[in-house]
Amino acid sequence: MTTHKDQQQHGLRTMWIWIAALAAVWFFQFFISDNIDPYFFGIIMYAGVNIILAVSLNLVNGFTGQFSMGHAGFMSVGGYFAAYLTTSLQASSPALFASAPAAGAIFIASLVAGGVLSALVGYLVGLPSLRLKGDYLAIVTLGFGEIIRVIILNVDAIGGARGMPNIPQLSSFGWVYTFVVLTVFTVWRLIHSAHGRALLSVREDEIAAEAMGVNTTKAKVRAFVIGAFFAGVAGGLFAHYLRYLNPQTFDFNRSFEIIIMVVLGGMGSVTGSVFAAIFLTGIREALRPLQEITKVDFRMVIYSLMLIILMLTRPNGLLGTRELMDFIPEKLRRRFSKKGVTL
Amino acid sequence: MVEFLQHLINGLSLGSIYALIALGYTMVFGILQLINFAHGDVYMLGAFIGMYTARAFHYGQSSSLSSLLVTMAFSMIGCALIGFMIERFAYRPLRRSPRINVLITAVGVSLFLEFSGQLLFGSDPKFFPQIYTPAGDWSIGQLRINPLQVIVFGISITLMTILQYIIFRTRLGRAMRAVSFSHDLASLMGIPTDQVIAYTFMLGSALAGAAGVMVGLTYPKIEPLMGVMPGLKAFVAAVLGGIGNVTGAVVGAIVLGLAEELLVGYWAPTYRDALAFAILILILLFKPTGLFGVRRTEKV
Amino acid sequence: MKFNIQSQVQKFSTNRVLVTIALATLVAVGGACKKSQTSAMNAASDVIRVGEVGSMTGQEATFGISTHQGIELAFKQINAAGGVKGKKLELISLDDQGKPEEAATATTKLITQNGITALLGEVASSRSLAMAPIAQNSKVPMITPSSTNPKVTEQGDYIFRVCFIDPFQGTVMAKFARENLKFSKIAILRDVKNDYSVGLANYFSETFKKMGGEIVVDQSYSAGDIDFKSQLTSIRAKKPEGIFVPGYYTEVGLIARQAHDLGVTAPLLGGDGWDSPKLTEIGGTAINGSYFSNHYTPEDKSPQVQSFIAKYKEAYGSIADGEAAMGYDAALILADAMNRAKSLEGADLRDAIAATKNYQAVTGKITIDQNRNAVKSAVVIKVDGGQLKYQTTINP
Repeated sequence: MTTHKDQQQHGLRTMWIWIAALAAVWFFQFFISDNIDPYFFGIIMYAGVNIILAVSLNLVNGFTGQFSMGHAGFMSVGGYFAAYLTTSLQASSPALFASAPAAGAIFIASLVAGGVLSALVGYLVGLPSLRLKGDYLAIVTLGFGEIIRVIILNVDAIGGARGMPNIPQLSSFGWVYTFVVLTVFTVWRLIHSAHGRALLSVREDEIAAEAMGVNTTKAKVRAFVIGAFFAGVAGGLFAHYLRYLNPQTFDFNRSFEIIIMVVLGGMGSVTGSVFAAIFLTGIREALRPLQEITKVDFRMVIYSLMLIILMLTRPNGLLGTRELMDFIPEKLRRRFSKKGVTL
Repeated sequence: MVEFLQHLINGLSLGSIYALIALGYTMVFGILQLINFAHGDVYMLGAFIGMYTARAFHYGQSSSLSSLLVTMAFSMIGCALIGFMIERFAYRPLRRSPRINVLITAVGVSLFLEFSGQLLFGSDPKFFPQIYTPAGDWSIGQLRINPLQVIVFGISITLMTILQYIIFRTRLGRAMRAVSFSHDLASLMGIPTDQVIAYTFMLGSALAGAAGVMVGLTYPKIEPLMGVMPGLKAFVAAVLGGIGNVTGAVVGAIVLGLAEELLVGYWAPTYRDALAFAILILILLFKPTGLFGVRRTEKV
Repeated sequence: MKFNIQSQVQKFSTNRVLVTIALATLVAVGGACKKSQTSAMNAASDVIRVGEVGSMTGQEATFGISTHQGIELAFKQINAAGGVKGKKLELISLDDQGKPEEAATATTKLITQNGITALLGEVASSRSLAMAPIAQNSKVPMITPSSTNPKVTEQGDYIFRVCFIDPFQGTVMAKFARENLKFSKIAILRDVKNDYSVGLANYFSETFKKMGGEIVVDQSYSAGDIDFKSQLTSIRAKKPEGIFVPGYYTEVGLIARQAHDLGVTAPLLGGDGWDSPKLTEIGGTAINGSYFSNHYTPEDKSPQVQSFIAKYKEAYGSIADGEAAMGYDAALILADAMNRAKSLEGADLRDAIAATKNYQAVTGKITIDQNRNAVKSAVVIKVDGGQLKYQTTINP
């Protein structure tokens, strides 16, 4: 029987990996990031944003089994709101951004605000949509993504079709990857908790879950809202790196790219999504010379073909529902965890 | 008043085009419970096949009904073949897989067709040869009706009638209805399920091909992404009418066309596309079976 | 639970391979991450690298391709005549698929990986706006051949343009409509998805009203729409004398046809977004009698223009459109600035470009003003019998 003290110790022992990750991120930020070639740095930053998007979408699509195709919409809501806050603040009182800690604080606040607004929109979208099943849910979420995009296009205050330029460059490696760690941590902990098991039960057999007393609607909405929150944060990080937002960036193709990452990595594997996000971001640029030589862009054709072939041959993606830890031999794993509970 | 009537005519014309595409959607859904995302892109391919056919036969120079019919024939046959191949290679292997896998594959096929189209045809818009320009225009005072609009409307109604006939008066149609009720039971009764499904796909795709040619003719600009929005809207129309129901698809399409036209004319033109989704959401929330649909209980 | 059982049934070897591949990718990416020594590379070589970002694929591919061909032609000519300061110009073109983030990534790549001295691009303002901050930060001069949104050059002192800006272009058509065509009632049909269209419509509206005209109705559509009958029916009811359609040729052709179908006889007016051979192809006879403003006209009898048109036709088999001419001019002005500059370092090149005065280009006499925009005239073209005919010139 585990005592309260045992449980506390267990909690701390598994926290170390996350704290170590954060430390590594900030070490990289302060000592290495300046020496990285800007082109590759860009790839790393976009990879980070994509990891957050893929992991947050996996929570909805993979773990809860609700196929949402409108993730780009949430990304845009969070991105635009965060950018709107920082650009207005910068215009009205530029002095606030003078010192790094102050700028950082404003940045975090605007990111969180963007995420919260996204979560709210996720709630509004989720309530009607999550009553539907499979194909219908997919199309309705696609529709909502489009509606959000059309609304943004028509709001002149945030630039409309012209887009929003002059967003301050507040995204740094440190902040992006801090949120990557935070997202992965949250989703991981959520999945390995009672709430997570509720989500999985919804995925496996919704009617049985309902019969067992799981409030399936609440579970689904919860996943949706959390997924939307992180998508919004990712949007904010993206906006403050590219420094320019345009509604056409957040069309269905963007949602599709995130879906591909989730499917490739394995719908139900957090580490799978991380790898797939990194892989696809990298491959996007790796294929560029091909485009330069042939003068045609094969990338989207390759992606869609890959998706079809993946579904036909290996629908579970790279890792399926397994995690990276599952490949580490038993003995090694046991050293890093307490009885029965792995990382 | 004239303005309103003109809007009605425009709306009917728009709706009849959505109807042609919606018919294919509803048939495939009826039999496979699958939203064939690629249907809109088959429509696009129909338009391109039509364009290349017309160019090959040099139809652009003169206008004649026969050139239209020949072009449509080529287009319909070509699309039927494409539909067959999609079903055979992308959907059939996944017949027993979880629904979500087929859904993802459908999205994949759709995007593959779109981007390959961009690669093959070039992503800039192309001009569709004016192979049939019916003479004169039928106007009643300020009210202008393009004879082409009437013809498209006529063709939609004709095809719908033919489809109704096939489904309710022929053996193939009976087989289709049986398969849509239950695959296993139908095959137990001796119906070649795979074949019937293939025929359904081919029929639906042929209709989409015809739609592609008609649209190319009416709105002479075609490009590889032209199927995305009409495809989604046709799906909404099918759902509105009751998915799986042929008459419903046509009625739903006409309602959608009218609604869109009136919204754009009197209120907010830029929310035109959003309207289709709004209608979808409302219908799915309040009357998920659509106007003509039947309630289905989910068996546990 | 399903997923627990699965973890016991591991296909150890195949999955090991997959995971190894994933990790290998990470390592490869990590290893390639060192900052490359591009500036040293540049000084030592015997070519001057110039980058270009354009939309060679995507909806507005003709704009990107035309611009690219214009630049290519100019570079060929300059290199044949000996290059700049004895060195040949090398053009590195990247496609941005019509997306702003792609344009930004392409720009970063060109600057850091390819070590370019200067940047040409983009046609669309939304993509130029994504590229400009990067060029500005890296102190690489950027010249956009056709972006007309005023905000582009406001991004920094390294950003220039060789075309007129939307406020001017909107004024041009307003003046033409009011003074030449003597119109007093105009309807606007703008593309809300397109920043260029929205900007032009706003400036036109402002000027036209200031000159005493009336905008009877302001309708809109979205790029990609094919049916405009609804908006045109509403416009028809207000009986305008002309319709201002500042969109791209992709929709304008259809709009003209449908307007004709509805019995609307008022001519259409537009901007340089109409400039493409597809305009008359898609518009057919319906677009005859309409006018649009542009950067230049192939009918200009000056020897420079005619020689350009002839050489372009020889190389690419078609009549050069506005975008090609602008690309050509941007390249020429860049080369001219390079010749005048003290050195090819960012700051010196920037100053040389800024000092461009009365440069005789294909699209007119170009002077770069203190806002880094070009001061030049616009021409108004009439579509007549399927041909583009020069109508008049409007000076700033």
